Amino acid sequence: MRNNTFQDRRWVIAGIFSVVILIYIIRLFSLQIVETKYKIGAESNALLRKTIYPPRGLIYDRNNTLLVYNRPAYDIAMILREITDLDTLEFCNTLNITKDYFCERMKDIKDRKKNPGFSVYTPQIFMTQLYGDEIANMQQNIYRYPGFYIQNRTLREYTFPYAAHVFGSIGEVSKSDIERDPYYRQGDYSGRDGVEFTYEKHLRGEKGVEILLRDSKGRIRGKYRDGDADEEPVAGKNLTLTIDIQLQKIGEELLNGKIGSIVAIEPQTGEILSMVTNPGYDPSILVGRSRSKNYNELVNDPTKPLLNRATLAQYSPGSTFKPIQALICLQLGGINEHTRFPCNGESSVPIRCSHYHGSPVSLLNAIEQSCNPYFWQAFRATLEKDGYGEKNSSFKENYQAWMDALYSFGFGHKFEDSDLFEHVKGNIPTQNYFNRYFGETGWRALTIRSLSIGQGEVLATPLQLANVMAIIANQGYYITPHLNKNDTMLLKKHVTAVDSSHFPIVTEGMWRVFEYGTGRYYKIPGLDMCGKTGTVQNNFGKDHSLFVGFAPRENPVIAIAVVVENAGFGATWAAPIASLMMEQYILGKIDRHYLFDRISTSILNPDVQKR
Amino acid sequence: MFKRDSVTYSIDWLVLLLYFTLVIMGWFNIYGASYDLDHEGSMFNFDFRAGKQFIWIITAFVIGGVILLLDYRFFNYFAYYIYALTILLLIITIFIAPEIKGSRSWLVMGPISIQPAELAKVSTALVLAKWMSRYNFKMKSPRDFIPLIFFILLPFGLIVLQREIGSALVFSTFLLVLYREGMRGEILLMLSLFIVLFILVLKYSASPIANAEGTWGMVLAMGIVLISQFVYTYFFTRHKKEAWILAGSVTALSLIFIVLNKWFFTVNFDYVAIAITAATTPYWLVVELIKRYKKYLFPAFMTLVAIGFCFTSDQIFNRVLEPHQQIRIKILLNMEEDLMGAGYNVNQSKIAIGSGGFWGKGFLNGTQTKLKYVPEQDTDFIFCTIGEEHGFVGSVFVLILYWLLLMRILAIAERQKEAFHRIYAYGVASLLFFHVMINVGMVLGVMPVIGIPLPFLSYGGSSLWSFTILLFILLRLDASRLERR
Ligand SMILES: [Zn+2]
Repeated sequence: MRNNTFQDRRWVIAGIFSVVILIYIIRLFSLQIVETKYKIGAESNALLRKTIYPPRGLIYDRNNTLLVYNRPAYDIAMILREITDLDTLEFCNTLNITKDYFCERMKDIKDRKKNPGFSVYTPQIFMTQLYGDEIANMQQNIYRYPGFYIQNRTLREYTFPYAAHVFGSIGEVSKSDIERDPYYRQGDYSGRDGVEFTYEKHLRGEKGVEILLRDSKGRIRGKYRDGDADEEPVAGKNLTLTIDIQLQKIGEELLNGKIGSIVAIEPQTGEILSMVTNPGYDPSILVGRSRSKNYNELVNDPTKPLLNRATLAQYSPGSTFKPIQALICLQLGGINEHTRFPCNGESSVPIRCSHYHGSPVSLLNAIEQSCNPYFWQAFRATLEKDGYGEKNSSFKENYQAWMDALYSFGFGHKFEDSDLFEHVKGNIPTQNYFNRYFGETGWRALTIRSLSIGQGEVLATPLQLANVMAIIANQGYYITPHLNKNDTMLLKKHVTAVDSSHFPIVTEGMWRVFEYGTGRYYKIPGLDMCGKTGTVQNNFGKDHSLFVGFAPRENPVIAIAVVVENAGFGATWAAPIASLMMEQYILGKIDRHYLFDRISTSILNPDVQKR
Repeated sequence: MFKRDSVTYSIDWLVLLLYFTLVIMGWFNIYGASYDLDHEGSMFNFDFRAGKQFIWIITAFVIGGVILLLDYRFFNYFAYYIYALTILLLIITIFIAPEIKGSRSWLVMGPISIQPAELAKVSTALVLAKWMSRYNFKMKSPRDFIPLIFFILLPFGLIVLQREIGSALVFSTFLLVLYREGMRGEILLMLSLFIVLFILVLKYSASPIANAEGTWGMVLAMGIVLISQFVYTYFFTRHKKEAWILAGSVTALSLIFIVLNKWFFTVNFDYVAIAITAATTPYWLVVELIKRYKKYLFPAFMTLVAIGFCFTSDQIFNRVLEPHQQIRIKILLNMEEDLMGAGYNVNQSKIAIGSGGFWGKGFLNGTQTKLKYVPEQDTDFIFCTIGEEHGFVGSVFVLILYWLLLMRILAIAERQKEAFHRIYAYGVASLLFFHVMINVGMVLGVMPVIGIPLPFLSYGGSSLWSFTILLFILLRLDASRLERR
């Protein structure tokens, strides 16, 4: 063995080899196991997650007439990192937008304050809700603009320009929506109001995702794992409404030029047959790119077309309250079917009578003639039935009983498990309210006498009034008014505090209104109808015109409440409108054309315009 | 069963097994890396890379078999001729090779193109073994050492002329062989020190010192030089007193300048650092004279060289290296982040490897490599495919295979009776080590991007053939140890 004097140096060399290999193993450990950013980098690199939006559920009316459907629309999305050599001017021309718009849009997208989800790696929505004709040019030329993608969407389309408040509309999800429900991503759409909102989860379906492989040049190279990881979108479920679109249409036409609302309910089921509010708007104007502009116009309209008066406006019920008052007084024993009270007409105290009739007046006549003194005396008799007692305790007990009974009629509270987008509870003044206002013993029947004729602090929405008519039609119960035809609400009857034995006489009284009273001009020949007009004073101009009723008297199929604001007598406007609605619904058509034409062409408020 | 002196009996089966494992893994990963979603070719389809590699593998086996059949003395006898032949090929290549991606290193002969630079690695290993195994070879004798350096620098220079800097740098690995055979270890240390200085000056020359003139680059570099002097004196020459005098003076001087800078005038610390370091040279000369101890002349000289080197390393960097090489180094040093440009490869390679995780995505399931995010993924970046599809487990497995192979070759080297065989074995180990270190390091982002293949795994006939020849010559030489002579 020659020249082998440096044998020990093999250990140095082996050491160098081993140390380098060891360093690399440590480096691999940190890259592949400790660090996570590379995994994310790889995902955004190679996988393009394309959201597939499911078609939203269609909406039908109770007779299976298609009301709301979808039409294809397109979003233009972009991935900033992939945009190369963009000829901005040509791009703008293709999309028919101005360069200023382009620059502004780009600025907004990159602004993390406005667009917290901004990333150059992920798709950002450049333009949204374009229709086929608007995007045709772009579709042909999309290959010239790497980094831009066309995403399929759908937009709502409406068969009729009616029932906008029932449907509600669809709009872009807000930041808080995204935080609340992880389903949503920036740029998604969801129902903002109406049934589109309350049945959002039913209608929206489930988004799908198509995962595509993208190479380093941004070209799509097929499906990731042959589509195994893709998720098919699940189409939204259809929704059948309780609305009768023909009835809705008649209602909206009847309220033309007026401010007011109509609610019609099928008494046995609580199904809302129509929910009209005027002024309204054509639902199709809140779709697509013109949505925000039109929405602003609606918001700024002083007649408040966005307000759903059927569920959100609260009125004193006035004389329409009298049938309920009668029922409660009968139940609480303040009166019975034979009780008569004197009426001195205009000179009655403390409440005048505005009608001329004999005295003493019976309950039937009092309802028919809307005799204020009768109901004041019945109210007082009920509350003072047991005297006032110590510190008015007996009186207060009876007031509480009266109040509870009203509560059981759906007054003063919101309907439980309702599918209505928004509704308010109205008002029944509580003992506490009066105690605070007048002192513990400072209020007596006389103090709160305006409650006896539905004025003063008692407030109700048209929906609540229509529901009360359903209760009378049902002889004592109601089912929460709702809009979904396939709801299980039928199962839950809300029984009122008034025994069903008290209902026939009130029904008889309301029948007389149509036969002999304020409604007699609007009786449909051959049909037994029940109703009650109301003329309600208010602080803003002319009296509100109200009408409540149901028909036919036997086996009623429609209960209705009509309010026309600042229109005058209930008998003049609300009664004919209710009558025509009943005619349309019960007979399927309107024969009294002259009446329909007169009402629908009367412009009571020139500010009201149909949009 | 076998005759005692037959090759089949005495061949090193472990090396052979490691070789086959690596080659077959390479073949599968080339299939994985070049697997195109549009054209799913079979592994035997010769229109695709994996199919072509199959041909290279089969021919490599044939070449390996032929080498095993040759007489082991052939390589010793013909080492100079083989070397001369490859040098000639290298020269011819410079003139007749077509320009491919900026380099002139491929000899195209019909359907086959080979890279003579690959063969030069083998022949240089042979010639070094031949020269160093001469009777009475002495590393310290210039008559022996200068030709040795010439044998290394000649192919290095010719390959640089072919514009293949990466392949040329491979020849520096023979310094390890020289070290094993007696070259002073200080040369290796000095080279490492110079690389560290180069990196420090480059990286921190753009970081100015706050409230003073000068940059951290020079101060840190000079600090390293001074620390090296201290370590050398303290541990090697064991003149501990002199070492402490040096440390104390340097610290005191530095503090004085820091105080001056703070309260009196602005000091340029570049010059302070250089002046203090330069002042150590006369100090060591004085110590050498007093102690009559001859071990300070060389460090004193190297200190001056180091100062000059640091002073000019910016110039070296800017003048000698081409812009794309400068950028590769700057990216490696985190001085520039150009993820879309030159840093793209390394970043994509890190993403691909990092996304593999512990178990990997599975064979053919890598998304990064499939979609061509990683460039040259079946040649220089083949390790990416392994990292992505086979994860930490697979990558470490491959590294351990290489480690086993290297350790086995070292063991083989040391059991040889003939110096020629031993030195050649060290040449083989050094070459394999250098390729693995640079290639894997570059893929992992810890080495600059130098385009050299991963032995046995990367796609390509030239590299597979030359590594096969390299290894099988060793196997043949080793198998001869039991032959009667
Ligand atoms: Zn009266």
